[in-house]
Amino acid sequence: MRLIFEKNVEGRRGIKIQAPDVPAAKLPDGKYLRKTAAHLPDVSELDVVRHYTNLSRMNYSVDTNFYPLGSCTMKYNPKFTEALASLEGFTAVHPLLPQLAGGGALTQGSLEVLYHTKKLLCEITGMADFTTQPLAGAHGELTGVMLIAAYHRHHGSRRKYIIVPDSSHGTNPASAAIAGYQVVVIPTDKDGYMNMVEYKKQLNDQTAAVMLTCPDTLGIFNPRIKEITDLAHAVGALMYYDGANMNAMLGKCRPGDIGFDVIHLNLHKTFATPHGGGGPGAGPVGVSEKLVDFLPIARVVKRSDGTFALDYHRHKSIGYIAPFYGNFGVILKAYAYILMLGRQGLIEATEYAVLNANYCRARLKEYYDIPYDRICMHECVLSASRQARNGVRAVDIAKYLIDKGFHPMTIYFPMIVRESMMIEPTETESKETLDLFIETMIEIARLAETDPETIRRAPLTRPVKRLDETRAAREPNLRWRPNGVWQAEAPGN
Amino acid sequence: MSNYVPHTAKDIREMLEAIGVKSIDDLFRDIAPALRPKSFDIPEGKSEFEVCRSVQKLAGKNATDLTNFVGAGFYDHYIPAAVDALASRSEFYTAYTPYQPESSQGWLRAIYEYQTAVCELTGLDVANASLYDGGTALYEAAMMAVRLTGRHKIIVDQGVNLIYRTMLYTYTTNLSIEFVETPVVHGQSARAEILKHLDDRTAAVIVQNPNFFGAIDDYTDVASKAHAAGALAILSVYPIALGMLKSPGEMGFDIATGEGQSLGIPLSFGGPYLGFMACKQELVRQMPGRIVGATVDSDGKRGFVLTLQTREQHIRREKATSNICSNEALCALRAVIYLSLMGKTGLKELARLNYDKAEFAKSILEKVPGVTVKRTSPTFNEFTICLPRNADDVVHKMIDKGFAAGFPLGRFYKGLDNYLLMAVTEKRTREELMKFRDSLEAVLCD
Repeated sequence: MRLIFEKNVEGRRGIKIQAPDVPAAKLPDGKYLRKTAAHLPDVSELDVVRHYTNLSRMNYSVDTNFYPLGSCTMKYNPKFTEALASLEGFTAVHPLLPQLAGGGALTQGSLEVLYHTKKLLCEITGMADFTTQPLAGAHGELTGVMLIAAYHRHHGSRRKYIIVPDSSHGTNPASAAIAGYQVVVIPTDKDGYMNMVEYKKQLNDQTAAVMLTCPDTLGIFNPRIKEITDLAHAVGALMYYDGANMNAMLGKCRPGDIGFDVIHLNLHKTFATPHGGGGPGAGPVGVSEKLVDFLPIARVVKRSDGTFALDYHRHKSIGYIAPFYGNFGVILKAYAYILMLGRQGLIEATEYAVLNANYCRARLKEYYDIPYDRICMHECVLSASRQARNGVRAVDIAKYLIDKGFHPMTIYFPMIVRESMMIEPTETESKETLDLFIETMIEIARLAETDPETIRRAPLTRPVKRLDETRAAREPNLRWRPNGVWQAEAPGN
Repeated sequence: MSNYVPHTAKDIREMLEAIGVKSIDDLFRDIAPALRPKSFDIPEGKSEFEVCRSVQKLAGKNATDLTNFVGAGFYDHYIPAAVDALASRSEFYTAYTPYQPESSQGWLRAIYEYQTAVCELTGLDVANASLYDGGTALYEAAMMAVRLTGRHKIIVDQGVNLIYRTMLYTYTTNLSIEFVETPVVHGQSARAEILKHLDDRTAAVIVQNPNFFGAIDDYTDVASKAHAAGALAILSVYPIALGMLKSPGEMGFDIATGEGQSLGIPLSFGGPYLGFMACKQELVRQMPGRIVGATVDSDGKRGFVLTLQTREQHIRREKATSNICSNEALCALRAVIYLSLMGKTGLKELARLNYDKAEFAKSILEKVPGVTVKRTSPTFNEFTICLPRNADDVVHKMIDKGFAAGFPLGRFYKGLDNYLLMAVTEKRTREELMKFRDSLEAVLCD
C-alpha cells in the first residue's frame, strides 16, 4: 500500500476553503515568508478517507481482538463516554475562557467535571487531594517526584536518592532521574518481593522517596507493603505509589490508608478511557495532606456559593506542569465511567480482572514455567524458557498469536524474568474468549515440541511478515522523501 | 453487574474451580484485613441514560455561543468532518502503542506519515511520534540541548508564551540550569540582549514565531549567532502559520517544537493536545519519545516499526532521553489527516486567509476612537491592540455582548493592563468583525 504522500496528484484538493470575504492584504516583506512550500499531499477527500480507513483495518485493537497486553489494562472502552466527550458544550470551550474577567461563569460545567473527578479519585485511593493536570502516567510520575522534591526542599534539603525495585516500570527510574535524583535499584528476592535486607541497607536520611508499583509488575501484592512504608517514613522519606496496576485494587486496598504520600493513576488503564494507539492518556496525581500545598496551579476549587473556580494563588505550588487543567476530554470519559459503574461496579471490575488473570495462570501453568507461582492479582507473568530450549522464544509465541487473531501479551517485561510473557486479560473478557486464548497457548506449547519451525515462521497472515528491526535502527529512514530511497509500489489502494 | 463484565454465576464457579479456590475473596488473601479500605464511599452505579443526562446538563452549563477572538497559542480553527470520522474509527482509538509491528501496520504507517508532515512543515529532517503538548515539547527540546552541548545556560526570549516559560522553570527547578530572559521591544526580540548573554556556557537560545504578541520575524540571524557560540537554536512555532511563514529549517534552526492543537484538534478546555518536535538528522539520538522508521520484512517488502528504542525508558530506564511512554498518538493522527486534507495548496490558502482576515480586522479596529493597533511588527493572524482603559473590564463587558474579545496581556505582562491580544482565524466572518467593532465602540463609549 502506498503512503498518502505517494498518492499526491498536483491539482487535487481534499478541502474547499471558503472564498475570502475581506480584501487581500499586502503581504509582509519576503524575508518573513517561506521559499519552499511544505510538500503535503494534494489528494481528494475520498483519497484521504479511503487511505486512513484502510490503515485502520491493518491494526489489532480492543474492539477487534483480544488484547491481553500486560501492564496496559486493555479493557473495553465504553462508547457512551466517547459520545459525551464529543459534545460541543465541552469541545468548543477555550481553556483561557475561565481566566478572563467574567469567563468563570461560562465554564461551570467543565470546572464541575474536574472538581468532581478529583473528589471521586480521592475517595477511590484514600488520598487527601488530587490534581488532574498530568497528561499521562509518566507525566504524573514526574509531577509526583517534583512534589516530593518541593516537600523536602521546604524541610531543608531536597535529598539525593530515590529507591525503585528492579521490577519497576521503566518510567519510574526515568522520571526520578529526569527530576534530578540518583536512582537506587533494589533487587527482587526468590519469592518475587523486593529484597528487604538490601532495602533496609539502602534506606537513609538522603532517601527522598521510594517508588513502588502495587501490585508489582509480577502481578503480586506485597504483603509487607505497610512495613516498607513505615521504614521509609522512619527516615523521613516519602512513599510513591505507581497506580498503573490500580485495576487490581478498587475497593480492596487504598494507597492512602497504607500511608502512601503520592500516587498517580492511569485513567486510560483503570478507568477505561481508550489508549488511542499510544495516547492521549491522563495521569492524575493524588497526595497526602502534607503535600497538598505543593500541588501544581491552577487548583480547581468549590466556592461557598456552590460555584467552581480556578485558584492560582498558592505560593508553595511547584507551578505549571501543563498548560491548563489536564487532558480534559480524557478526564471527562473517566468521570462518566466511574459514575456509571458506581461503587459496586468498580469493585466487580477489580474482582473479575483478578479472577480472569488467575484463570489464565491456573490453566497454563502445566504448559509454561511460572517463575513466581502463586495467586496473582490482575495479571500473571509466564516464562517461555522451557519453549526456548526448543528454539521457540517469547517473541515467536507472540508472532504466532498474531496469526491466530490475538494481540500478543507483553513480552520481555518485567526484565527480571527470562523470556517473560505478561498476560493481563482484564475484567471485560468472557470465559469463552479466555478459553480460546488458553487453548491456543496450549497448542503453541505442544507445537514448540513437535514443530517449532511453524511457530518461528509466524506471522503469515498480516500485510507484512517479520520485520527487520535491526536494519530500521542501523539505517534510520524516519520520513518519506519525494525522491527517496523507496520506489513507489504498484498503484493499488 | 455492569454490562461491561460478561461473567455468569456458572462461569465464575468453573473458573474458581480451575484456579482451586472457593471464592473470589480467596484471591485477595494477600491483602490483610488491616490493609483494607477505611472507606469506599462512591455513589452506586447508574444507567447509561442517566449518566448521559447528567453529563449533558453539565455541557449545557458551558457557553459555546461566544464569537471567539481568544488565541494566545490555542486557536479556534475549523475541523473538517472527515477528521472526526476517521480518528473515531475504533481500530485506531482502541489500540495501544504499536509494539507488535505486524499487527499494527496501520498505526505505524500513519505515524510515519505524521512524522513526514511535521518535517515538511518545519523544514527539518526528522520528527518524533508526538509529545504531550507545546510546552512539554519545548522543555524536552531544552533538555536535548543541555545533553548535546553539556552546557547549562539557556536564553529564552520573552516573546515565548509565558505558560511555556513557566513550565520550563517548573521542570528544571531541581536541575542546575540557568535561564536568562531577554526582552521584547516593540514586538521584536532584542537582538543585542541575546548577543550580550550568548557565551560558551550557553546550551540554547529559544525564540517563538509568531511570538506571544503575534509578531512575526526572521530569526535567521539568531540561529547563526547561537551556532557561532556553540549553542543550539530552538524555535517554537504555530503550525498553521507555517503555511506561509519562513520555516525553522529555512532559518537554520536545530530544533522546532510547537502546539499541534490547531491541526484538527478541538480546544476542549485544554486537552488532549499535541506536542510536536522536529530536529536536524544529527541530533536524532538525543530526541525524546517514540519514532517510527521504515524497514523491510523477511520477503523484502516495505514495512514500518518503532525504532531507535535504545533512547527510551522501557529499555534504558534511568539513562533514557526522557521518561515519556504514553504520548498523544490519536491527536497526531488527527493532525496528519487534517494536513492531508489541506494538502500543500490548501494549507497555503488557509494561512493566507487567516492573514487577510487579521489585517482586515486591524484596519477596522484602528478606526475605533481610543483604540491603537500595534503596528511596529508584521503579524500573522494575531495582534495586539491598546485600549483606552483596562482590558479586563472591556473583555468582561464584551462577554455580555457575545464576544470572547481576546486575551488581556496584563495577566502575563506588567504594565500592559490596557493591552489586548486578539486572534482572528478563518472562522471569523466579515460580518462578525463588523459587529465586533460596533460592540467595542459601544462599550468604550459607555
